[in-house]
Amino acid sequence: MNKSLKNITSQRLFLPIFCLVLVLLINLFTRPDFFSIEIRDGVLYGFLIDIINRASELVILAVGMTLVVSASAGTDISVGAIMAVSAAVCCNILTGGERAATAYANPLILGFLAALVVGVLIGCFNGFLVAKLEIQPMVATLIMFTAGRGIAQLITDGQITYVRVDSYKILGSSFPGFPVPAPFIISILVVILTTLLLKKTALGMYIQAVGINKKASSLTGIKSIMIIFLTYAFCGLCSGLSGLIASSRIYSADANNIGLNMELDAILAVAIGGNSLGGGKFSIAGSVIGAYTIQALTTTLYAMHVSSDQIPVYKAIVVVIIVTLQSSGFARWRKALAQKKESTTAEKGAA
Amino acid sequence: MKRKVLSALLIAAMTVATVGCGGGSQPTADADASAETEAPAEDAAADDAEAPTEDTAADGTADAASGDLITVGYAQVGAESDWRTANTESFKSTFTEENGYKLIFDDAQQKQENQIKAIRSFIQQEVDYIVVAPVVETGWETVLEEAKEAGIPVILSDRMMDVSDDTLFEAWVGGNFVKEGETCGDWLAKYLEEQGRGEEEINMVTIQGTIGASAQVGRTEGMANKLAEHSNWKMLEMQSGEFTQAKGQEVMESFLKSYDDIDVVICENDNEAFGAIDAIKAAGKTCGPEGDIIVVSFDSVKAAFESMIAGDLNATFECNPLHGPRVAEIIQKLEAGETVDKIQYVDEAYFDTSMDLESILAERAY
Repeated sequence: MNKSLKNITSQRLFLPIFCLVLVLLINLFTRPDFFSIEIRDGVLYGFLIDIINRASELVILAVGMTLVVSASAGTDISVGAIMAVSAAVCCNILTGGERAATAYANPLILGFLAALVVGVLIGCFNGFLVAKLEIQPMVATLIMFTAGRGIAQLITDGQITYVRVDSYKILGSSFPGFPVPAPFIISILVVILTTLLLKKTALGMYIQAVGINKKASSLTGIKSIMIIFLTYAFCGLCSGLSGLIASSRIYSADANNIGLNMELDAILAVAIGGNSLGGGKFSIAGSVIGAYTIQALTTTLYAMHVSSDQIPVYKAIVVVIIVTLQSSGFARWRKALAQKKESTTAEKGAA
Repeated sequence: MKRKVLSALLIAAMTVATVGCGGGSQPTADADASAETEAPAEDAAADDAEAPTEDTAADGTADAASGDLITVGYAQVGAESDWRTANTESFKSTFTEENGYKLIFDDAQQKQENQIKAIRSFIQQEVDYIVVAPVVETGWETVLEEAKEAGIPVILSDRMMDVSDDTLFEAWVGGNFVKEGETCGDWLAKYLEEQGRGEEEINMVTIQGTIGASAQVGRTEGMANKLAEHSNWKMLEMQSGEFTQAKGQEVMESFLKSYDDIDVVICENDNEAFGAIDAIKAAGKTCGPEGDIIVVSFDSVKAAFESMIAGDLNATFECNPLHGPRVAEIIQKLEAGETVDKIQYVDEAYFDTSMDLESILAERAY
């Protein structure tokens, strides 16, 4: 009994899952109806659905961020800005340069592809700076973090660009006749495809190897520079995709607000997921759970009717608790406590 | 290892803060400033040899020499909504070379630190007047004192600043947000009366603006004043939608799950209302004049008229963004050495679905 419990608690994903469950359990006491799910208008409806729906952009970002963190031991802080740029590019192409349109000026697929390509290109730029020029990741991505929103503003003339066509809203709402929110489906697809790519090829191992020791990996024949470059390009792709979803939700490109502060949430998701920001071993699943934990917290605070000005305080408290729970200092302290307990029971047994 | 996690997070937070100051305004502001003001200013200097004898602000002829241009630095909040864009346009079209001004425009991207930096750079550039549309109300004393020491008058647009010494700024131009909130309450009372629901219990929710912004504080207060007059009105909850469509939608989703019978949704700007309407429809409910839920909003941007014509939005309470001409008027009075009123309201109206919206929309400048 004790052994199996120990087995569970020593699992790598135990703590992230524990934290997510903890956040959700708060609702059991304050809002028993929190967990009820029904179907309305052919679409699933409920707080839990809100969480998996609203967290989608963050999940996609967290997947890309995990790989970047693992390979380069640094973070890509430009993801939010890339979201804004890709949304701006997509909307601008679809409206044909107008600030509002009720019909596509160009095919929908062209807008989507362009947005993704722009995301990848910016990712490549970041990757080039980090991998080839060996600039510190945070400094390198700072460039796009700063310039990205400016570029997005230039593309949209500093105005919100509306695409008022129903088919543009699908990506951010739900596929016709399918009850699960579309953003959730896309994010899960991204997670599954990425996991398959990493597990079925040696790419996952390469990324970890490069993250643990870049030089040693190079000596064994892994193209470290290429691997790091690819993770940034992939992170750019993920950012472009989540920019599209965020834009589709509000059927517009809002250069100032799309993806605002999302880079911090994405990094936090990676950290809450039990991944080391020092690179090396990683768990995509952990980061995904981290992303859901962050959104679960936001939705929970709404459901508990916490007033807007107090929400940041509660968020900070919970994040501090989660990070503490997972810290190695706390683990040592727990171990010491357990040993003490063991020794006292042993003494008692001897007496 | 975990310590690394924490420290990296802290560093990330700090970087964002510093970058917020440093980078945010750079691409847009600098591009704008250089593109729009510097080049034509040089042209004017080269072309116009004669100095104008009269002030040309009113008649708009293009004979102002560069030396006589009144330089105005405008620290704008950002471009978060159509309203803001119209406000920016109003300044750009008022403070033109032809009217005798040189406008240095700065987009702060919703960050106070960017605005403070912009004001400091205006002071360094020795502009004649500084116009600020503050992001938040507090924290301006130091930078305003710097402007005062430099002898540059500061005019506030749109939102008020909360400073202990009100000589720090010359005047404030904007909408009366409390009155807007009260107008909304009065309209609602009349509308419910007409529907025969005057005595009924009415459940309301409010999607507030960014907490602390004058528009949020004023509109919430104005509505609260009217709420106190009607004992059958019940405000179920107020939550911030941060003046954006995405947040407005998220907050409304949560409201709809918490309360079964919401009668009225008050959105403190139009964009939040668009998000709320999407959320209401997604929940299988209806809104607008024909629907279950009454949705009202503030600002009256173009898209709000389209939403009313589509039958989604009930009414919108105007917040006139055309501050440029009124600010120009104040600057002309100050130039002539006259004193100006500290608080200057712009004229504001409201629009609902009983009006001929198509023709109003066609005539409207924003």
